Amino acid sequence: MNTIKKNLGFVWMFLAIATIGLLLQSAFAHIKPDGNLDINKPMPWIIIITVFIPIAVGLGLFGWYALKGEYDTKES
Amino acid sequence: MSLSTKGIWKVITASSVGTLIEWYDFYIFGSLATIISEKFFPTGNPTTAFLATLATFAAGFIVRPFGALVFGRLGDLIGRKHTFLLTLVIMGGSTFLIGCIPEYKNFHAAPYLILLLRLLQGLALGGEYGGAATYVAEHAPANKRGYYTSWIQTTATLGLFVSLLVILTIQNTSSKEAYGDWGWRLPFLLSILLVLVSIVIRMKMNESPLFAKLKSEGKTSTNPLKESFGKKQNMKMVLLALFGATMGQGVVWYTGQFYAQTFLLKTCNLEPTQTNTWIGIALLLATPFFVFFGWLSDKIGRKIIMLFGMLLAIFCYRPIFTAMYNMSDIKQKQELTSEITIRKILSADNPKDSVIFKTTVATYSDHTKLAQTEKYTQETLKPDNIKLVETKKLVTLDSSYRLKLISLVFILVLFVTMVYGPIAAFLVELFPTKIRYTSMSLPYHIGNGVFGGLVPFIATLITVTPGSNYLSGLWYPICIAAVCLVIGTLYLTNRKHENVVDDVNE
Repeated sequence: MNTIKKNLGFVWMFLAIATIGLLLQSAFAHIKPDGNLDINKPMPWIIIITVFIPIAVGLGLFGWYALKGEYDTKES
Repeated sequence: MSLSTKGIWKVITASSVGTLIEWYDFYIFGSLATIISEKFFPTGNPTTAFLATLATFAAGFIVRPFGALVFGRLGDLIGRKHTFLLTLVIMGGSTFLIGCIPEYKNFHAAPYLILLLRLLQGLALGGEYGGAATYVAEHAPANKRGYYTSWIQTTATLGLFVSLLVILTIQNTSSKEAYGDWGWRLPFLLSILLVLVSIVIRMKMNESPLFAKLKSEGKTSTNPLKESFGKKQNMKMVLLALFGATMGQGVVWYTGQFYAQTFLLKTCNLEPTQTNTWIGIALLLATPFFVFFGWLSDKIGRKIIMLFGMLLAIFCYRPIFTAMYNMSDIKQKQELTSEITIRKILSADNPKDSVIFKTTVATYSDHTKLAQTEKYTQETLKPDNIKLVETKKLVTLDSSYRLKLISLVFILVLFVTMVYGPIAAFLVELFPTKIRYTSMSLPYHIGNGVFGGLVPFIATLITVTPGSNYLSGLWYPICIAAVCLVIGTLYLTNRKHENVVDDVNE
């Protein structure tokens, strides 16, 4: 189990990077000056990206801790 | 150290009533969003439109986690009691003042003040929950911590319910003109009375015994933020709480309690009064299960219930939302009769033109009714130039669908009670007393405010993407809950009766 936990650390770190990329790509695709919906306005995206980047960094850190065995179950 | 259960119900009442009022205050702004926009954020003005967007998004997503940090720190420095009293004063004061601000047409600074007060509301809410949950948990005996803290968990749903009840009562007891003029302010003004009562109740309470003991021994934290997030030993638990529990809990909560309503009203075009009444019944029926699952978590552990709730949500969302959609899908029904009425009035924007409303009411074999209203504009000088500008559909279901729809919403809220009922006890048990308020508040408000609060926005975003359908929006909560389920299953331990006083005598 500890090996799986450690190896999945890579997955969480990759997911963190992919999330940031996906957010930026979605923002560029959906912001339109003539759009009427919330998703076409820049402000919600600025707020969402500002909030989600630290969270994605947190997910990357979680993955790093997992990789280093910080969440390993100790043998009794 | 064993804690006395004497007076625990006083503690639960004082904490729950205050938290319920804070949720009430937070929700009435959302419930009255349409009239607030009319009064304070007029259309056609880019500045006010910008401020309105900021008020909607910033209060929910940015400010709540900041409130968790600001008041969490304060709660770990000066104590739980005074901090969550302060959040109550800020929330009640802000809500009351929103009700006092003159309309934009008389006072052009109004949108800025509304934004400021809305941000204060978000800040106060960010500080309230952690204080109330910590306060109750630190009074509760270990074998009933899940049960006692679950009463705090009912307040978010009840706060929404009370806010809708107050608004509906005022709407039904005042004329349409009076409600539009001043009646809409009453739910805001009423808040000050509720808050005063709650303050009086909370003033009579003592400080949490665990915190009082830490303080008397001079063992409180001097820098809770640094200790919570600067030390690896605690930071890794904050991250685990977020990605292994509150992230999934937040999306399941918002999908069951808010996105389902948006889906029924906007995607299924169901009639609002009928739909909201049936949702209200489902919410009331499901609310006791917050307490049930809190109680059950004392017996079998927190993790197993929360993760099972997420698992059920992941596999049941699509069938449940499909069933709700099929109920309202008139393409699957046989039309019996159809009646068309046409109404022509002068345009309010341009009196030289006319507006034509063509309403078609169709009745189907299962007694479902569809009222489709098409709005056209017609120029007086060019009568042949008729343009379709808007189409509205309103589906009224036969009462034979009542039980089915209530049951489906009930199941969605049941998943909410599974993930949300035990979460307060789970978070409290994860962190030491001296930094508990700070450490548990942040993952809670990121999980609920950011991941949960974004469900409607991201679900809508997905549904407007090419190739998507009415169910595509569900992929956001399903994927987040699935990641959380994997992390929770692998990395969390199934805690119950955890010793939360172990650091006091260190």
